[in-house]
Amino acid sequence: MDTIQMSHSVDAEFIRQVEQESGQNVSLCYQCGNCTAGCPYTEFYDIPVSQIMRGLQAGQRDKLMSCRSIWLCATCESCTTRCPNNIDVARIMDILRHMARKAGKTPEKEVKTFCDAFLDSVRHHGRVFEMGLMTKYMTRTGRFLTDMDLSVKVLPKRKLAMTPHNIVGKKSIAKIFERYNREGGE
Amino acid sequence: MSDTLRFAYYPGCSGQGTSIEYDQSTRAICKALGIELVDIPDWSCCGSTPAHTVDHVLSGALSARNILQAESLQDVRGIITPCPSCLTNLKTASHRMRDAAFKAKVDSLLDKPCRNDLPIMSVLQVIYQELGPEAVKAKVTNPLTGLKVAPYYGCIMNRPPEIMDFDDCENPIAMDRLMEAVGAEVMPFPLKVECCGASYGIAKNEVVTKLSGKLLDIAVDCGAKSMVTACPLCQMNLDMRQDQINRANGSKHSIPIFYYTQLIGLALGMNGSSLMLDKLFVNPSTVIREMKASQAAAAS
Ligand code: SF4
Ligand code: SF4
Repeated sequence: MDTIQMSHSVDAEFIRQVEQESGQNVSLCYQCGNCTAGCPYTEFYDIPVSQIMRGLQAGQRDKLMSCRSIWLCATCESCTTRCPNNIDVARIMDILRHMARKAGKTPEKEVKTFCDAFLDSVRHHGRVFEMGLMTKYMTRTGRFLTDMDLSVKVLPKRKLAMTPHNIVGKKSIAKIFERYNREGGE
Repeated sequence: MSDTLRFAYYPGCSGQGTSIEYDQSTRAICKALGIELVDIPDWSCCGSTPAHTVDHVLSGALSARNILQAESLQDVRGIITPCPSCLTNLKTASHRMRDAAFKAKVDSLLDKPCRNDLPIMSVLQVIYQELGPEAVKAKVTNPLTGLKVAPYYGCIMNRPPEIMDFDDCENPIAMDRLMEAVGAEVMPFPLKVECCGASYGIAKNEVVTKLSGKLLDIAVDCGAKSMVTACPLCQMNLDMRQDQINRANGSKHSIPIFYYTQLIGLALGMNGSSLMLDKLFVNPSTVIREMKASQAAAAS
């Protein structure tokens, strides 16, 4: 893992933007490492969460926007719960992911594809259609074998609906997405 | 506000599919315990994790639409849901909407603004706080004697404490107490609030096989013969993916993963099929047979 180069130029605008969108003061972090110690995803991360906080203080936009950790964070809230300075670290992880998305950076493509397929399902039906979601995910990623071992177990349980549950007000859901997109969402 | 335990019920999408047994058993025990559930009319998906990883206003609006739908109901004490993921989204949206600027943005995506004044709780919180373990115990006809169970809450039912505002954020006890009340033997389980791998089962399977694998290993080390959960995602990772976990880690676990509502239902005398025990992937019949043997031994 790289160390953070403090001699790199500090992107003050980046720090301001993250602070504004997350409502958190990143300078409060004194690098105790509590967040990393409790983070169950550290072993899968390229940059541990406390170092993301450090990189943030140092305004390292490029490094953070392209890191994989922000895509893998499961929002388990361990960091937020345990930070002695009451920093909502999980919210910062979310904000960084939002920014990376808008910047078109997706080092963890499968994670993004899964999220997109999920939200498409909500947009179209008002509720998640689990079978449809899986089909879309598999088509988009080309990972047809994903969970094939499970389908032989799942189907006989008859838990999965074969047709979507369309809600009456699905137009009102579609409108939420439309208004969101109009206001500069994706 | 009325005195009866009447709540607007938000079932959540998985309750119609992969966790249908959770929804079914929740409805059954609420009825038996005198909690009236009124389904939120035409409820929609809260967007779950994907929504908040894309945008907080969008996520807020998807939850707020349901809060708005619930506000059309008369005489409800609040909104309740069995699913911690839905709960987190609803509570976080409601919490953030206390900020006027955030609320204005959310309202601008909705057909009309929501009042945002209904309390939001999990079904577990209502059973634990409004009724309490003693009231549940008083209705037990079939105590779960000899059932050695590890209670697993998952990461977000109680965290972060400022928002979830229920039980202890590091060592929650609501399910422990309820399981004791219905006669089960609760094992000390130190990973109560550790993450199971969340929704990465599909996109990043190795995350789930590692994290959920650890949960199963430790539960067994603690002497548990079964686990009890309150979260559809945790349950699915531990139960449906138990074979995948075994394959990835070279383990040989075969421990049933119950919903707490199924176990309360059993203790209240409901039968396995009304609680949809047959929907569980790891067959619970062995532990249930052992439990019956302990019951018989205790009675003789
Ligand atoms: S727990 Fe808080 S103060 Fe400590 S390193 Fe993490 S963010 Fe910084
Ligand atoms: S919320 Fe994300 S960063 Fe924080 S502890 Fe959990 S997985 Fe790690």
